[in-house]
Amino acid sequence: MHVESIVRYLLVGMHIPDGFLTAPVALLWWVPTIAALALAVLRVGGLSERQVPLMGVMAAFIFAAQMLNFPVLGGTSGHLLGGALAALLLGPWAGMLVMACVIALQALLFQDGGLLALGANIFNMGVATAAVGYGVGMPLLRAFGARRWGLIVAGFVAAWLSVMVAAGLTSLQLALSGLPAGVVFPAMLFVHAFIGIGEGLITVAALALVVTTRPDLVTPLAASLDPAALRRTMSRGTMVAVTLVGLAIALGLALLSPLASSDPDGLERVAEDQGFLARAQDPLYNLLPDYSIPGLDGPISTIVSGIIGLLIVFALVYGITLLLRGRAEPGQDRAQHRA
Amino acid sequence: MSLASSLDRYVDGSSPVHALDARVKLLLALATILALALIPPGQALALAAVAALLWWTVLRAEVGLGAIMGRAVVALPFALVAVTLVFSRPGTPLFQVSLGALTLTATDNGLVAFATVVVKSWLSVQTALLLATTTHVTDLLYALRALRLPRVMVAILSFAYRYLFVLVDEAERLLRARACRAAALPGRRAGGSLTWRAAVLGRMVGTLFIRAYERSERIYVAMLARGFTGELRTLRARPLSTTERGILLVGLAGLAGIVLLANWR
Repeated sequence: MHVESIVRYLLVGMHIPDGFLTAPVALLWWVPTIAALALAVLRVGGLSERQVPLMGVMAAFIFAAQMLNFPVLGGTSGHLLGGALAALLLGPWAGMLVMACVIALQALLFQDGGLLALGANIFNMGVATAAVGYGVGMPLLRAFGARRWGLIVAGFVAAWLSVMVAAGLTSLQLALSGLPAGVVFPAMLFVHAFIGIGEGLITVAALALVVTTRPDLVTPLAASLDPAALRRTMSRGTMVAVTLVGLAIALGLALLSPLASSDPDGLERVAEDQGFLARAQDPLYNLLPDYSIPGLDGPISTIVSGIIGLLIVFALVYGITLLLRGRAEPGQDRAQHRA
Repeated sequence: MSLASSLDRYVDGSSPVHALDARVKLLLALATILALALIPPGQALALAAVAALLWWTVLRAEVGLGAIMGRAVVALPFALVAVTLVFSRPGTPLFQVSLGALTLTATDNGLVAFATVVVKSWLSVQTALLLATTTHVTDLLYALRALRLPRVMVAILSFAYRYLFVLVDEAERLLRARACRAAALPGRRAGGSLTWRAAVLGRMVGTLFIRAYERSERIYVAMLARGFTGELRTLRARPLSTTERGILLVGLAGLAGIVLLANWR
């Protein structure tokens, strides 16, 4: 139990415990969290009595789903965070509320993440993941139309990005609290580039299962997907198309990444500005020089990890499509014949 | 089940801490964690004062100081992130570590900052643990309502807590079923490729979602059948007694005093 939770902490590293964020950072991060959740309550329709048991059970579902895991390498295992999945299944606002409840219960009952840092944790893992998962996933799903590879690409990209955004926000908060940005950003983003792959694979498979078996439960999602198309085998032409598009995107992003590398710099600048603000109020919350570790400069490692991440994503998307063609289909066909 | 037993093992104690109103305990726990966050690095005396208050309360609660201290270690792996502080704060160099091409210089300020973060984190987790081990979740939720958390959020949280164990059991049945169907010979690789394993897990998650959704529909119908009108009721509403107010005020004042003294210099 102890070993397991320690491995989980090392792997996920996203439930920020109390003590790591300075008081101003932890307290101020409650403001956007509360605003987002208030908006979510309004948008879910004031939460009718009917919604309450649904949301509660869905929060318990995400909690339980996070306990499911699959072996990866050595003693490590992959598991779900669930923000993107919750948003795609239930809608962004309901997804945010459900995730907020999950994270709050984890902090209150299991000390998984701090109580003061709860505002930041809910924002990173609940609000941001749901917003990114839905905001990226739904337009992609609509753009690709009722096609099988559309779900695979859209679901995977949405889930992977949601994890990366959460990791980026966590790094930002830690950097604002005085940890060296030049180390925290590359380290967090690198680790989560891998964790995001597991998240993407699980999310895609879960979405495909729900859309094919109970499309009535997920109307907005099912409207942009055709359950029948999900059951059909993919033609060789589609496979080639997916491969080419994926390759093009990966190459494009790899070429753009030197440009994107100014991004972490921008974040560091924000961190420094904020740090100087904090220092003006109180010399003790002083933010540190970030480039003090030679050889671990932020931009370079970020570019490298970014490119590695992209290549892996591409390889895996390609791999899943191969797998789905090769393995899942005969089973599906047999099931249909029997039925 | 291990989850439930680890959670509720101590909440039925009869110590004064258990008996204290959940609102007072929640406020004091939050205030303690806030106070810890407000103590500047290197103020060992202030940290010791908070620790003394906390550990005295733990002893009064009779839940086992060693157990609380030990279980609070779970958050410490996160401290790996904070190790970077040792080498990045400007200050007097103490020693150097060479890792291949790069040499890291540890500074006194860095070491102090790192130690402070670790101690703060450890004490904060102990505070949260003490709250969780001495307070029933239903009381905690009621306290959250009293602290003006919106009613629907409290209702969702209480449903989530109520069905947490049901769905965790469901998830464990899924895991057991997978284990039964996935026998592995010793010394041989089993279970297909990584993507295949992830896809299997994804379908388990999807199955769990459908079961949870259908369960929530049955729950709602059952609640309607029992006369549910959308209002969750509680019998716990009562004003705080004078003693409880006193404890709250003394606790808050003590913590405020520690924070002020620590920041005064």
